[in-house]
Amino acid sequence: MTPVTPATPTAGARADAPRRPAGPSRGARQERRLGLLLCAPAVLVMLAVTAYPIGYAVYLSLQRYDLRFPAQAHWVGLANYGAVLTSTYWWQALGVTVLITAVSVAVELVLGLALALVMHRAVFGRGTVRTAVLVPYGIVTVVAAYSWQYAWTPGTGYLAALLPEGSAPLTEQWPAVALIVLAEVWKTTPFMALLLLAGLALVPEETVRAAMVDGAGFGQRLRLVILPLMKPAILVALLFRTLDAFRIFDNIYVLTGGSNDTGSVSILGYDNLFTALNLGIGSAVSVLIFGCVALIALVFVKLFGAAAPGAGPERR
Amino acid sequence: MPRVPSLRSRWMSAAAGLAVVASALAGCGSGGQGGPVTLNWYNFPDDSGALQQAADRCGQRSGGRYTIRYNKLPRGADGQRQQLVRRMAAHDTGVDILGLDVTWPAEFAEAGWIREWAGEARERGTADTLDAAVRTATWRGRLYAVPYNSNTQLLWYRDDLVKTPPRTWAEMLAAAEDLARAGKPHRVEIQGAQYEGLTVWFNTLVTSAGGSILTPDAQAPSLGAPAVAAATVMRDLARSVAADPSLPNQMEDQNRLAMESGTAAFELNYPFVYPSMKANRPELFPHFRWAPYPAVTPDRPASVTIGGIDLAVGAYSRHAELAFEATLCLRDRDNQLTNALEGGLPPSLRSLYQAAELTRSYPFAAEVLAALDSAGLRPQTPAYQNVSIAVSHTLSPPADIRPENDVADLRGQIQDALGSKGLIP
Repeated sequence: MTPVTPATPTAGARADAPRRPAGPSRGARQERRLGLLLCAPAVLVMLAVTAYPIGYAVYLSLQRYDLRFPAQAHWVGLANYGAVLTSTYWWQALGVTVLITAVSVAVELVLGLALALVMHRAVFGRGTVRTAVLVPYGIVTVVAAYSWQYAWTPGTGYLAALLPEGSAPLTEQWPAVALIVLAEVWKTTPFMALLLLAGLALVPEETVRAAMVDGAGFGQRLRLVILPLMKPAILVALLFRTLDAFRIFDNIYVLTGGSNDTGSVSILGYDNLFTALNLGIGSAVSVLIFGCVALIALVFVKLFGAAAPGAGPERR
Repeated sequence: MPRVPSLRSRWMSAAAGLAVVASALAGCGSGGQGGPVTLNWYNFPDDSGALQQAADRCGQRSGGRYTIRYNKLPRGADGQRQQLVRRMAAHDTGVDILGLDVTWPAEFAEAGWIREWAGEARERGTADTLDAAVRTATWRGRLYAVPYNSNTQLLWYRDDLVKTPPRTWAEMLAAAEDLARAGKPHRVEIQGAQYEGLTVWFNTLVTSAGGSILTPDAQAPSLGAPAVAAATVMRDLARSVAADPSLPNQMEDQNRLAMESGTAAFELNYPFVYPSMKANRPELFPHFRWAPYPAVTPDRPASVTIGGIDLAVGAYSRHAELAFEATLCLRDRDNQLTNALEGGLPPSLRSLYQAAELTRSYPFAAEVLAALDSAGLRPQTPAYQNVSIAVSHTLSPPADIRPENDVADLRGQIQDALGSKGLIP
């Protein structure tokens, strides 16, 4: 089966291909049309479920629009963005979000790599080990978050009981942020480990053995052979997790509700949309989050050269 | 491929099942043609059974014209408001009767989501009803809901520690300091967490000092000297020995637990603490007494913030006439008495406070009635949520309050909130 690509006809043209006066042949054109037709339903669905809401959010973000008073909606240009970007609440939430993202992704990378190595090397009970590692990822985030919440609440929790009398960690900013990071790490390290395990499978066994024969210790093999060969997988794993972590909502919503300055940008957007019912400001926050996420993806792809998933194992 | 047919038939049966469920759901929406109309009542989740009893009783009394289905809203006030707002913004015809917190009628009325009460319905819905409760349901001179239950805070204290209850905040702090010096339980329990309860505390102090958070037309902040006095009281308590160490995290229930644990001498809270003390700490219960809420200044008695639920009729209801009638039934004397005795919520009908059935389990009924007669309202504005968030955010934690600066700060934030400008935290 030949892959159908909607690429321009000249993209695949080779130097030795026979020259044609006017584009591809009739057959190729028909094949291309068929390809587009086959793609069309998927493209339409994608437009309906992603492009339309994004476009609508941008449209709303340019208006003063209160859900309660739709008749009073009017254009305000970029005023909503001005209001968000000059608000200390936005920068405070952005700071918390960046902190949670950076710390949790860094910890997950280290733990995930360790777990991946364990799963990769496991000689017996490989299936059991992998299943055990995946359990946290299989638990619904909200359920896990409620378990953490009860565990850390004085009076109901076994973890709170380990702390000094009278401490309620979820009600202070820094302890609460630390617990949010902990819940996030516990929950998504398995995902990181799984992606890294796939990367480990790319490392040829004979290369590692050759390094061993040359007298490289475990540290050297990891640093000089395994990690460089795994780089594409690591970058994809980091990209996925960073994008996910930046949009963190459920753990914070359940654990603290965003009080005591523990809210992320998503919580801020939610509060402005659903509590203040301010569709204009809330949409502006959403669009800014979208911009941040796009920026993160761009940095990963352009600066670090993360390959898009599916682009193949080509290495640089 | 032998699996395909079985998979397909499974899908078919699933689809058929869905169709059955869907038609069943559609069937229960309107109540059908011949039988009684089903009215949907959305209200806070009640575990005592009082609300369900009221719904059943009214359905039976309607003579087969309607039945009331009691739909429980989420537990938290924010969750309740979100669900109602989303239904009303989508013009849900299935919302006939709404149980609104006393802070919501202005917002729902301004948005055109609830119907005005006029004529005979208005008269029947406000007869014998506490004036402050009726004012919570009034917006721009028109009545948009009728009071269901009411609520207010009292000062609860232990008479084994305090002989005569303090009449002002200054007296209470002095008494707490004396107790602390004597090595006795001395704390003052109040809602200091960053949530709407903190707004209620501030509002009570501002109205007790003779001021208000908003101007009477609700178009601008009022605040001024009474607000500075109120913020000063909050800060002084938070910095005194009387403050509970977890004051910045305390809500009503933590206050109740602290009082029951025996570390506190005073508690500012709703009457639900009384049956709880009786059940949980029978040895402290004989010393658990009540008094009017302490005043800010000696010359002016406190004006405590009124709470409770108002019942409204949905603007998109297909059975509005019946819904008005059913609402009047839900809040009648019998149902309010059941709600007071089983649900523990003070009624909104004045005459019930003299009823022997009530005073037997509400020995403090006279004090509650007196507090409700001089009660203050929370800011009445469609933007109440935003105003409340601005207040609780600015005055939290109470120990860090700088009265003059914070009140000035609050003025700007409330102006923004009223114009639905700017972010809310």
